[in-house]
Amino acid sequence: MDNLHELQEVTHHHEFDREASRKEVMRVTVILSVITLIELALGFWLMYIDGEFFRLLIKGVICVLMLAKAFYIVAYFMHLKHELRNMIMTIVVPLLLFVWFLVAFLYDGNSYKNLKNTYDPYHYEQSKTKAEKPAHGAGETKDAKKEGSVE
Amino acid sequence: MAQAVPAEQKWWSGGKSPFNVEYGKLMMWYFLMSDAFTFGAFLISYGTIRFSSNSWPDPNEVFQSFPGLGSGLPLMFVSLMTFILIISSVTMVLAVQAGHAMDKKAVVRNLILTIIGGIAFLSCQAWEWTHMFHEGAWWGSNPFLNIDGTKASTNFTNFFFTITGFHGFHVFSGVIINIIMLIMTLNDVFERRGHYLMIEKAGLYWHFVDLVWVFVFTVFYLV
Repeated sequence: MDNLHELQEVTHHHEFDREASRKEVMRVTVILSVITLIELALGFWLMYIDGEFFRLLIKGVICVLMLAKAFYIVAYFMHLKHELRNMIMTIVVPLLLFVWFLVAFLYDGNSYKNLKNTYDPYHYEQSKTKAEKPAHGAGETKDAKKEGSVE
Repeated sequence: MAQAVPAEQKWWSGGKSPFNVEYGKLMMWYFLMSDAFTFGAFLISYGTIRFSSNSWPDPNEVFQSFPGLGSGLPLMFVSLMTFILIISSVTMVLAVQAGHAMDKKAVVRNLILTIIGGIAFLSCQAWEWTHMFHEGAWWGSNPFLNIDGTKASTNFTNFFFTITGFHGFHVFSGVIINIIMLIMTLNDVFERRGHYLMIEKAGLYWHFVDLVWVFVFTVFYLV
């Protein structure tokens, strides 16, 4: 409990440097904008990449950038970085459950795909059959079909 | 053991504020944590279904229209939406900071900017939903092909409309909360109270909405 001595009463007006906070906000804004631009460039680039492994790599990079953005929003905009460590832990530690969620559920989805492809040849065949590409805005011409048609 | 120990502080037996934040702000954090699990459940079920599919629609193909400019512009419109939300988050931080400094005028100005940003985002979303609906996309109906040219299931549109709809509902309630904050500020409620801590709690909610969009934007529009 090394941070107990830092505790003050909430109502106590701790000194607040508006200019410094303003600078921090501007810095974070620039960082978030730059990361977003990089993400968009990568997302755009994905149109021209064919290699399966390389596509996954780029998608992985985008996800890492997404986590970086999340960190900056939570730490600086939501000010969590400046709260007491114990409070940060009560919020961040439960969120670690997401690590397990992601690993378990995505692995399960992938496994289900493999099972279907292995044991359901009809499904596999259907999912490999090319379809006719509908024209852009084709939905507008067949309004009658759209109503309640769920296939 | 019989040493003289300095009188022990009982931090958790009441009357103290062990985290040095007010009750409402702490509870807002815990609410947001639970909301994060709700969105997380949505997004992970989306991921699970996507991982179990042999192919999936290409976002660069699906999201390529811009109002007034036609189609063939992948990601342009969603970039605009993303920046609107980031900027409105920035004005919200500035409103919170102005509140710390008891600067009513700056609070009002930044709150108004935040509300405008929120309404702009919702308008963009309304346009996008309408456009996609006219393309034939809705719950239970998916006109888009998979990236490999095969027929897609309706999973893509079902998840898209459910999750962006749930997020849009959060943006909407955030705008309402901010409007209430603006009215309270204009009525000098916080001036009389002596602090603007309520703005901080509204701000936390607003930033959370921005935070969720970071994830929604990435998994639906980018990867």
